[in-house]
Amino acid sequence: MKRLEVFVGLFVLVGILSLAYISVRFAKMELFGMRGYRVYAEFVKVGGLKPGAPVEIAGVQVGRVKRITLTEDYLARVEMIIDHKVKLQKDAIVSIKTKGLIGEKYIEITPGGSEDLVAEGETLRETESAVDIEEIISKFVFGKVQQ
Amino acid sequence: MNFLQTIGSGTLHLLRQMGGMFIFLLVSLYHIFTPPFKFKVFLRQVRFFGNRSLMVIVLTGAFTGMVLSLQVFYTLRKFGSEALLGPAVALSLIRELGPVLSALMVTGRAGSALTAEIGIMKITEQIDAILAMALNPLKYLVVPNIVAAILVFPLLGGIFDLVGIYTGYVVGVKILGLSKGTYFSQIETFLTTEDISIGTVKSLFFGLIVSWVCCWKGYTAGHGAEGVSRATTEAVVLSSVLILVSDYVIGTFYL
Repeated sequence: MKRLEVFVGLFVLVGILSLAYISVRFAKMELFGMRGYRVYAEFVKVGGLKPGAPVEIAGVQVGRVKRITLTEDYLARVEMIIDHKVKLQKDAIVSIKTKGLIGEKYIEITPGGSEDLVAEGETLRETESAVDIEEIISKFVFGKVQQ
Repeated sequence: MNFLQTIGSGTLHLLRQMGGMFIFLLVSLYHIFTPPFKFKVFLRQVRFFGNRSLMVIVLTGAFTGMVLSLQVFYTLRKFGSEALLGPAVALSLIRELGPVLSALMVTGRAGSALTAEIGIMKITEQIDAILAMALNPLKYLVVPNIVAAILVFPLLGGIFDLVGIYTGYVVGVKILGLSKGTYFSQIETFLTTEDISIGTVKSLFFGLIVSWVCCWKGYTAGHGAEGVSRATTEAVVLSSVLILVSDYVIGTFYL
């Protein structure tokens, strides 16, 4: 009967490992919470940005979008978790970009020149909202794009 | 007059069946939480549902992943978006095919055997013997199966998903010529923990449904060899239908 327990244990282990592997490797489940510090940014329009979207500087991922809420004056407030190793200046520009023409949305941070660094829980002022491709196309179609 | 009688008795029979099944489920669920706990029997049933199904799950998972990769690639190429092969394979496996197909395979492999076993115990009066010893047959025959199936189905689903994703990768990258990084990085961008929880919840329900239906059908098997064979057939058919129906129902809850 000892062997029964070993085999059952082995099966359960394999099953749990494969579930855990899928969750951690593919779905990026955070086992110990996200490590890093919180930074906020307010946008006029986030258009399709979702929690979990990457935050990049020069194309290198430095963090993730944690959650998106609506402020009292109807702005989209985006909470980001940024890696501790990466320091952000207070005048860094946060913009929402699209991967490819119709790809997913992500956040690109352009470093600023200020000496002051952003601390945990602070809000970045310089933001650039999502580019609405439909709007651009309709402007183009109806001839309102500036030459 | 005869016609009406047929309808009436048919309806009554159906209602009796449904009521009986439901009461059976409630009593069994109640007995999960009351001692004595038959841990050894539970372990044996985990082996029966789990270890013995491993081979067939790996095999069906592998071929499901391969054929999915092949067909989805063919479709996506028409839109020029082969890059989305990874997420298409992974999402359909994790959300739908993993739980459903592994549940159907286990129904065919273990569910039928379970019904036959309990059915034969019933017609050879072994269940009556257990009752005569003032023991509760549900404790030995039904509760361990239900608990084991609820535990085992999500694990089998996970193994099925993983095997399918990797065989899909082999077909997509090695045979169809997709770039290696695209497959996994696209899966990482599109897959969320919510998708995995949907698959797991489905598996939990399927485990409950299969063990419940198969035990009930065995427990209420008719007389003789014919009764057991009919009970086994009905158990497999009813389990499979309920799996597919509840899959849709759970899917609509979670959109």
